Amino acid sequence: MEIPFAITLDVGSSRSNHTGSWRVERPVYVDRLPPCNDACPAGENIQGWLYYAESGNYRRAWEKLVEENPMPAIMGRICFHPCETACNRVQVDEAVGINAVERFLGDLAIEKRWSLPIPGSDTGKRVLVVGAGPAGLSAAYHLRRLGHQVKLVDSASQLGGMMRYGIPAYRLPRSVLDAEIARIVAQGVEVELNHVVHDVERERIDGKFDAVFLAVGAQLGKRVNIPAGDSSRVIDAVTFLHQVAEDDPPLLGRRVVVYGGGDTAFDAARTARRLGATDAVIVYRRNREHMGASGDELEQALGEGVTVRWLSTVNRFEGEKMVLEKMALNAEGFPEPTGEFEELDADALVLALGQDTDLSLLNRAPGINITNGVVSVESSMMAAPSGIFAGGDAVPADRTATVAVGHGKRAAHGIDDFVMGNDRSPKVRHGLATFDRLNTWYYADAPRQRRPELERIRRQSTFDEVIGGLNEDNALFEARRCLSCGNCFECDNCFGVCPDNAVRKLGTGERYEFDYDFCKGCGICVTECPCGAIEMVPEKI
Amino acid sequence: MTNQPVHFYQVGSFAVGNRLLRDDQRTVQSNTDRANSIDSGHRACQGCGEALGARYALDAAMRSCDGQIVAVNATGCLEVFSTPYPETSWRIPWLHSLFGNAPAVATGVAAAMRVKGREDVRVVAQAGDGGTVDIGFGCLSGMFERNDDVLFICYDNEGYMNTGVQRSAATPPAARTATTDVVGPEPGNVFGQGKDLPRLAMAHDIPYVATATVADLHDLEHKVERAMELRGARYLHVLVPCPLGWGSASNETIHLARLAKETGLFPVFEAEHGVVTNATQIRRRVPVQDYLSLQRRYAHLFGAHPRPDVVARIQSIADANIARYGLLDDSDQEVSV
Repeated sequence: MEIPFAITLDVGSSRSNHTGSWRVERPVYVDRLPPCNDACPAGENIQGWLYYAESGNYRRAWEKLVEENPMPAIMGRICFHPCETACNRVQVDEAVGINAVERFLGDLAIEKRWSLPIPGSDTGKRVLVVGAGPAGLSAAYHLRRLGHQVKLVDSASQLGGMMRYGIPAYRLPRSVLDAEIARIVAQGVEVELNHVVHDVERERIDGKFDAVFLAVGAQLGKRVNIPAGDSSRVIDAVTFLHQVAEDDPPLLGRRVVVYGGGDTAFDAARTARRLGATDAVIVYRRNREHMGASGDELEQALGEGVTVRWLSTVNRFEGEKMVLEKMALNAEGFPEPTGEFEELDADALVLALGQDTDLSLLNRAPGINITNGVVSVESSMMAAPSGIFAGGDAVPADRTATVAVGHGKRAAHGIDDFVMGNDRSPKVRHGLATFDRLNTWYYADAPRQRRPELERIRRQSTFDEVIGGLNEDNALFEARRCLSCGNCFECDNCFGVCPDNAVRKLGTGERYEFDYDFCKGCGICVTECPCGAIEMVPEKI
Repeated sequence: MTNQPVHFYQVGSFAVGNRLLRDDQRTVQSNTDRANSIDSGHRACQGCGEALGARYALDAAMRSCDGQIVAVNATGCLEVFSTPYPETSWRIPWLHSLFGNAPAVATGVAAAMRVKGREDVRVVAQAGDGGTVDIGFGCLSGMFERNDDVLFICYDNEGYMNTGVQRSAATPPAARTATTDVVGPEPGNVFGQGKDLPRLAMAHDIPYVATATVADLHDLEHKVERAMELRGARYLHVLVPCPLGWGSASNETIHLARLAKETGLFPVFEAEHGVVTNATQIRRRVPVQDYLSLQRRYAHLFGAHPRPDVVARIQSIADANIARYGLLDDSDQEVSV
């Protein structure tokens, strides 16, 4: 090159100056665990499936969802959504309506007849699943995905367990329940109904099963000793709801008292109201803050004309008079009797005081440890070394359908390890994507979308579904409210805000990488990352 | 800012890019084909706002004229850190002459292009606040007055940072610099009018005057593109925080630019022919101490001997800006300050 007058050096690019040597800390991309995923008892990758829903790819979103949970339309109705309680968006405006979007995807899949992933290739192993509730169905599905043969038995005449016999139809329409169960059975699950297992060890050996998953639920309504003149007027809530589900409701009269403060109590009271009770009164010994039922369920029940007597216990039930005793909470928040009584006109008493599980089928199984009426299990859900696993309401845990679905999956993986001789190394959980790691400036203001509710008059007389679904417009909107906590959603902020062009964009789905030759370690990308997916780590010196 | 209907795409238009937006709705910076007018390896400090602002503005200008650009640079940080002989970070035709004459040199380049019949080649002149409001002001005013076909961009970091943080006429009141020490009853820079260059530029009735910050990329790019659609003298004033001179953390650069706008201390607006046509609304108003307390140049207003009286005077500047440019739609957005 001809060099001009008074110039002694060629023009060079600043790229020969590797400013990366200035750095004492380096940014690194990370994936953190979103609080919704962390809170999901079924272990769903919620942020993961919302990511696909955001772009309108509902099929892919649903497929991602059913990798963990094969019953999204059911869960989108009856799950108590701890994900929304944990959602970081609560601190911006309101939680993302995860449950509503899940239901939208589940309903869409039923409408479009999407099928579950093809079962795994046959391993030749046989697994007996006892109980076809959420835990048993979930286990059957995951076992089929792993290639094991599954025989699913249940003592009832239809599949679904408590989802059918405990949860009223106005919360979970039977068409939805049937559709999602049929889809699981179509995975090649052998089903035997009206089959009561009396001795699980005998069945395991006779049937040449390699493992057994016990998901027998908690079907026995707890009784308390209440002096009652006419015991035929006292029924437990499990039996009551079961009879209603079988279309054979008992005659309770016009004034029904339900004793208890959990979801089952509310289900019973709301069901009684629909069966024609003019007064459906819940009697609960503690106050609203301590009740077991969800706030949504309380609001809906009150809206249907159910009334609640807080801080009361049923003392006795004579003729058509029920005597209640008033309670007071002591310093520890426990109710104590006050000695004050009041009377209430009543035709029937429904006891919703919790349930016990019938574990007599385990009597001859060696190595089983039953404590407080439930089966002790390892983290793999294994209950006995002969290959008996247990889950759902029969083991110590919160008694919800979502927890049961999670148990089913975990047990399926535990059984897979057991029968195949694998040792599944425990999944490394990422650190939690906490709110303080987010930069919420970047998220557009977006109010939560509401699901429609059935008008009250129809809720007092019919079993029509109370809560409606989102349509595609507001489901998409709701999905896009996700902050994608802790997981890159390719907003290009890091690529754009680097003063040194030290971020390379790798293309859709491939995210980014740092050019450490030039990154000076200023940390702007970390501060401006909306979702907290970049961290500064000290350089090794 | 823009007249497009508001859509909701998770991050809307706040982030640099957005996989849910069409390509033509994304920023220039989100595109891997962006010009990268100023390349890696420059010697700007960690977290330099000016290096960022210059790339944002010039890449947008490059896109809007198919890469036919000549840039003229005044002396200042941007010149020094980008072009230590014989290296340069510029990937565009780039000229540097003196500290004070960048507008005049740009006028000359524009005239030369016109004579050569190359009016497709657009001229951008750029300088820091020192080269704009102090040393280059005579030349700039002349360029405005003659309505020469130049887009002049001032990267305002509120002082002479390259030479060791001295005061300029754009340094805000109470700020500590090497020449406005923290002594006496009114520590730091004096309260006065300073030079509000966007308003001085508007007083020349030139076709386009706008302000922007490095915190709102969509807005900045929109203003560059609007300026490039027009001919004649145009002026863009970009706030670029300076970690060195402001005594702020290097990772806070964009955050500070955002707070400058959200407090009202730096009004973001555009004007055509001397009339304000659009002012960007404050989205989440914050009191000025949230902005000031992150900067060591204001450290004497806080700490063991706080000066709430001085903070209140700075707040009143912000309030006056909010009133002057109508930066708050609703009175119910008021916060206690």
